[in-house]
Amino acid sequence: MLTDFLTADHRVCDGLFAKAENAANDGDRDAARAAYAEFEAAMAQHLSIEESVLFPEFEARSGMAGGPTAVMRMEHEQIRAMMAQMRQALESGELDDFLGFGETLNILIQQHNMKEEQMLYPMCDRALADRAEALLERMQAH
Amino acid sequence: MNAGLSLEQAPPLSVPLRFFLSAPLFGLAAAGLLLWLGPDVLASRWSVGALALSHLLVLGVLAMVMCGALLQMLPVLAGVRVTRPRLVGGLCHGLLVLGTLSLAAGFLGVGQDGFRVAVVLLGLGLGGFLAVMGFGLARAPHLQDSVRGMRWALLGLALTVGLGLSLGLGHSGLGLPLLRWPLTDLHLAWGLLGWIATLVAVVAWQLVPMFQMTPPYPPRLRRWLAAGMFALLGWHSLAVLRGWPLAQLPALLLAAALAIFALITLRLLAQRRRKVGDTSLYFWRLGMAGLLLAAAIGAASRLAPPAVAASLALAATLLFLLGFALSVVNGMLYKIVPFLVWLHLQQRLATRIEVRHRIVLPNMKSILPEPRSRQQFYLHLAALAVLLAAVLLPALLRPAAVMWLADFALLGLNLLSATRRYGTECRRIDHFP
Repeated sequence: MLTDFLTADHRVCDGLFAKAENAANDGDRDAARAAYAEFEAAMAQHLSIEESVLFPEFEARSGMAGGPTAVMRMEHEQIRAMMAQMRQALESGELDDFLGFGETLNILIQQHNMKEEQMLYPMCDRALADRAEALLERMQAH
Repeated sequence: MNAGLSLEQAPPLSVPLRFFLSAPLFGLAAAGLLLWLGPDVLASRWSVGALALSHLLVLGVLAMVMCGALLQMLPVLAGVRVTRPRLVGGLCHGLLVLGTLSLAAGFLGVGQDGFRVAVVLLGLGLGGFLAVMGFGLARAPHLQDSVRGMRWALLGLALTVGLGLSLGLGHSGLGLPLLRWPLTDLHLAWGLLGWIATLVAVVAWQLVPMFQMTPPYPPRLRRWLAAGMFALLGWHSLAVLRGWPLAQLPALLLAAALAIFALITLRLLAQRRRKVGDTSLYFWRLGMAGLLLAAAIGAASRLAPPAVAASLALAATLLFLLGFALSVVNGMLYKIVPFLVWLHLQQRLATRIEVRHRIVLPNMKSILPEPRSRQQFYLHLAALAVLLAAVLLPALLRPAAVMWLADFALLGLNLLSATRRYGTECRRIDHFP
């Protein structure tokens, strides 16, 4: 249940990323800027849902504060840093750099998503099965 | 559930990199051998030159990259834990390098001693690799399609190695019979289809949708392709061993299964949401076109009159190994190597807390510039075309060999320049004021 909701959110972010990247590839700066802002907002929202709703619940229930969620938080920081570099490249009009950082970010995000979708989310679904509905509501309202 | 599951289990950079950097060297050795031996080498698949060449290519290049990539990827892909990765990777690599060289030397005239050494080294290296991976996969915390598929691929490798070792023992002069027929046929079928094609399919349905943002592969294909191929390979093996009627049928069905996989992959790649093309994508498309052609020509060779069947079978094998498997391996290397360099630089930077916000790391496209990999892609394509032409016009074989030398040299230089960039960036991080 949590897996389905958060996995679908990953695909939404993927779509926005592709839109920004395609615009930059076409050399359309304005469209790239608009699409990238959308992507940034969706990613910030997704990362924040995990860090302030899902992870604390999982850590409390499983007693693993230093386990998988710590690695996921660290990767979130890498993702944020790479996104900031993409924004900087976009603002200074360096579309080639934007695309180069974008390729790196995509692999970073995809391998991160894979770990979440195939390992962490199913672990959360099992550990938090009794309160999945309440959690889902909190995530949607976040 | 493994409660202690850590999601960060990637091994040190040197573990996969030693495999990746060795592969082009074996490619150079294979191409050099082709140049030296000339047109005779393709006259018969039994010629010692053809056997040495094919093992340099399959063990030294393809298995080399695949083992390195699996040691890197299985921890991330399937939560497989590899303990002591440096030791396991180092031993496995060393044994594979020396074992492959001994085997080639055995074929080229060193004789029984070469085979004896090769059987021991390859048995230990590949057997050890299989044991580590098989043990890890058996305990993998989650049973997704990719884990199931990977188990089939490793089983395919195990059977191939087992058959290869028994052939090697036959060559060793220890009094064991050399059952050239039927074991060579089975060794070849399980190696090409049960191991290489199965592994590529499993990796493709995991990575192609992720990196290219395509729709997912059809669930039924993911569920049944590997198991179905194994059933067909089993049928084929029994048909060969027992002389069953309709012996061609499983082979034709295997070709159809691979053609369907190639067509689905090409269609998914046409539907991808990212529009930015890169060299890796070119290699994947070429690889799938190569597989499709190999399947069609391989099927035709089964039905053709004996006079042309041999040439068709040779063309299908070349297309499978160089057009399909080597192209996909190339495409993977151009994604995985620059990403790993970046990832390990990132981890090194994270340890220098006081300066980490002032250093901007190079991105993947500046670690391995697109124009350089693109150049190698075109060279690869040309080398493939000339080699296929040489099946009909043997005079083209030596020019083809020269082109393959250049192809592997350029691949090696590209990977080497990414590795050197890692070194210079590490020094920059360590000495940043």
